[in-house]
Amino acid sequence: MQNSEQIESFKNQVQYALDEAKKQGASAAEVALSTSNGLSVSARLGDVETIEHDCSQGLGLTVYFGQRKGSASSTDLSLKSIQATVKAACSIAKFSNEDKFSGLPDPELLATEFPDLELNHPWAIETEHAIKLAIECEQAACNFHPEISNSDGATINSHQGIKIFGNSIGFLHGQQATRHAISCSVIAQRSDDMQTNYWYSVVRNADDLENGIEIGKKAAKRALERLGSHQLTTRNAPVLYSPEMASSLLASLMGAISGGSLYRKSTFLLDSLKTQIFPNFVHIHEQPYLKNSLGSAAYDGEGVATRNHDIVADGILKSYLLSTYSAKKLGMQTTGNAGGVHNLTIDSGSDDFNALLKKLNTGLLVTELMGQGVNCMTGDYSRGAAGFWVENGEVLYPVDEITIAANLKDMFKNLVAIGNDIDTRGNIRTGSILIEQMSIAA
Amino acid sequence: MPINILDRSKAVILTPSGLQSQQIDQVMNQLLSAKVDMADIYFQSSHHESWVLESGIIKEGSYNIEQGAGIRAICGDKTGFAYSDNIELATLLEAANNVKAIVRQGQNAYVAIKSPTTCPHYYPTANPLKSFSDQQKVDLLRRVDSETRKLDTRIEEVIVSLSGVYEHVLIANQDGSLVADIRPLVRMNVSVIIEVKGRREQGSMGGGSRTDYHYFINNDTALNYGKEALRQALVNLEAIDAPAGNMTVVLGPGWPGILLHEAIGHGLEGDFNRKGTSAFSGKIGERVASSLCTIVDDGTLENRRGSLTIDDEGTATEKTVLIEKGILKGYMQDKLNATLMKDRLTGNGRRESYAYLPMPRMTNTYMLAGEHHPDEIIQSVKKGIYAKNFGGGQVDITSGKFVFSTTEVYLIEDGKITSPVKGATLIGNGPDVLTKVSMVGNDLELDSGVGTCGKEGQSVPVGVGQPTLKIDGLTVGGTNV
Repeated sequence: MQNSEQIESFKNQVQYALDEAKKQGASAAEVALSTSNGLSVSARLGDVETIEHDCSQGLGLTVYFGQRKGSASSTDLSLKSIQATVKAACSIAKFSNEDKFSGLPDPELLATEFPDLELNHPWAIETEHAIKLAIECEQAACNFHPEISNSDGATINSHQGIKIFGNSIGFLHGQQATRHAISCSVIAQRSDDMQTNYWYSVVRNADDLENGIEIGKKAAKRALERLGSHQLTTRNAPVLYSPEMASSLLASLMGAISGGSLYRKSTFLLDSLKTQIFPNFVHIHEQPYLKNSLGSAAYDGEGVATRNHDIVADGILKSYLLSTYSAKKLGMQTTGNAGGVHNLTIDSGSDDFNALLKKLNTGLLVTELMGQGVNCMTGDYSRGAAGFWVENGEVLYPVDEITIAANLKDMFKNLVAIGNDIDTRGNIRTGSILIEQMSIAA
Repeated sequence: MPINILDRSKAVILTPSGLQSQQIDQVMNQLLSAKVDMADIYFQSSHHESWVLESGIIKEGSYNIEQGAGIRAICGDKTGFAYSDNIELATLLEAANNVKAIVRQGQNAYVAIKSPTTCPHYYPTANPLKSFSDQQKVDLLRRVDSETRKLDTRIEEVIVSLSGVYEHVLIANQDGSLVADIRPLVRMNVSVIIEVKGRREQGSMGGGSRTDYHYFINNDTALNYGKEALRQALVNLEAIDAPAGNMTVVLGPGWPGILLHEAIGHGLEGDFNRKGTSAFSGKIGERVASSLCTIVDDGTLENRRGSLTIDDEGTATEKTVLIEKGILKGYMQDKLNATLMKDRLTGNGRRESYAYLPMPRMTNTYMLAGEHHPDEIIQSVKKGIYAKNFGGGQVDITSGKFVFSTTEVYLIEDGKITSPVKGATLIGNGPDVLTKVSMVGNDLELDSGVGTCGKEGQSVPVGVGQPTLKIDGLTVGGTNV
């Protein structure tokens, strides 16, 4: 079956579920259907290790009886199973309470334009070729240096998914997207000291994948750099987060300004809208319509049109991240963030990574974080870390088995600089971030 | 295994798809037309429900059905795998054909399905989702909400959740065995938000087991979760900044056993040791802990969250000694890694679902009790912290570094527990942290049934436990330098 025919057929199933919900007495409903097909191949020590063929599907729906709701999902897409799934959701709705804030979005906010965001680029990769690429990548890492002693392997994967979303107020849309990745992880060893590290590339279009051999070499280089770590002493010092780690700071921001945390009053950024939470130069915004990007989408998890908008401008919090439900709870309007953000981006200036090292001068460069350790309610932050000690702008030696701690409110206010070494691999796009001071325990 | 578990699992999984036992033979024969060392087909049907109460109302509920099959073939250290949500014969045959491509040549002999062997069963087989009517479920949530709110007028919000899983698995192996398991699992959680003079804090408590919803009303278990969540929120209201640096740490009994899970448990899983990527690789017979420490992984505890009658490869679970009086005794294994390491099977081959490959995973991991009264242990500490409750943890298998985050912790000053301090992350090195255990309490406790372990993107329910422990030196990640 052609993909376009397949999408039409899945749309019919979603419509069937919506009709069935109505038939079973629901006053409103929303239905999401998704499928994913893919291949994942891994190689280790120069030979293929696993070949996995994935093929999954699922349908999830929410029904409303007035303002009571119930949800159900199933991996079986047969009409008989869809009927049973609707029935299960209706049965739950009978036992839930009226919630005056629940319901579908305002019809005027639903997406009506669906520009081609160039998210679908099938990769006709044969298993044999994937094996070859994985082995090349892994061997480039293993042969990089004699101290690369072992390997966790390299993986190539390629997936194509279809997502259909429909609701009972006339929204029904389907889209396809692909995702391809190469990753490699190896171990460097010097006597008893063993350190692992990795590198990866993930893209919508396989033509944009970073070269596998380069990925292997980078993984090896990163593992070697971790050897011979020194013991630090407990102290206060400035901390520079590498781009890969800096995204976790923005993830904490997202959690703290998301609707659920706000209406539960379980966030340290309660009532912070229109207040200064970062220094003047910080600008954070959402870019849902970037072509060929991992976080792009024309509508959110409820069919509401996404939009380019500022989250933080001149250091001032401009927008929360709300769904229809959390917005109503707060007496506001949805921001099109049901299900999360779309290419959250923090703007950077002319500082590259080296300029940030100079600004750090003497302090800690963090390249790994461990554990959760973030209390969204209070902003208290304490996480395991590893990285490098820097003096006078020069990286001196690796350090590990340390923790870094502070309060996020202070960390945001005392953000010193943002690098232009932006990591575009995820849904959060940021360069390195320098924080004025944190407590380091060792 | 009681025959009726096998028949019931076949009826739930195979009958709706019109699949006959003989057709499983056909799929297996297709797999074995290549020269594989091992092959299995894992069928699973899982029903899951959840209910949430918030702001005094039953806000939402969901019912989820997952069903499918995973097909695997192994040759040496190479694995071919495919899965599908559709378990019709044609789909399974195609998947088998894809999977055996991992092997180039040769042919295997297949033995027809054998009659199952029997092994003990560690939990009931009735459907927990039906142990209460829907009305009883929502009534329980409402009761926990109202009783908890009565405890303290400063409570701002109570969130109560209840969930249950009912799962059938059916595993066909290339040796002709066909085994099944029926697995119930229930879980409940209560969160309390409290506000006093503008300061807001949260406390949370939950538990569960492989039984049914009656577990939460017996002995007022659910109401006690509410009391405990409130107590923790109140303690946190008083918390001062946590100290920073290396110091003596006393860990309370029960859930703080997450230390064992992170610091040594993962490092003793067979796959990392077969590959030589664990900080514990090649250390069998060596001292890795003080002589006070004996640690086991035990999948046979009745009704525990981490328990399994058989693992996801059909191997009976057992009580495996990992560390005995400080000496490393053994690893936790699945079939692939036990075979390649010429080690014995321990019943630790687990997978999140049919959509994932099995690998060595923990079940219930705990340290046996020692001799000291917990009070003696506290009294022996001049300056340090007492960590009573934890959130999650994480480990880097290769370097051995691990973290776990406290949620309820106090200063110890001159042998007495004094002021509560804010949650902080503790960091240590797996291979040497247990060598610093200088006192072990006589108060072994298992956790309340809340653990979920993540590894390579797969989540499985687990248990942990320990007596009160004193560790002479662990890094505490506070802000008070």
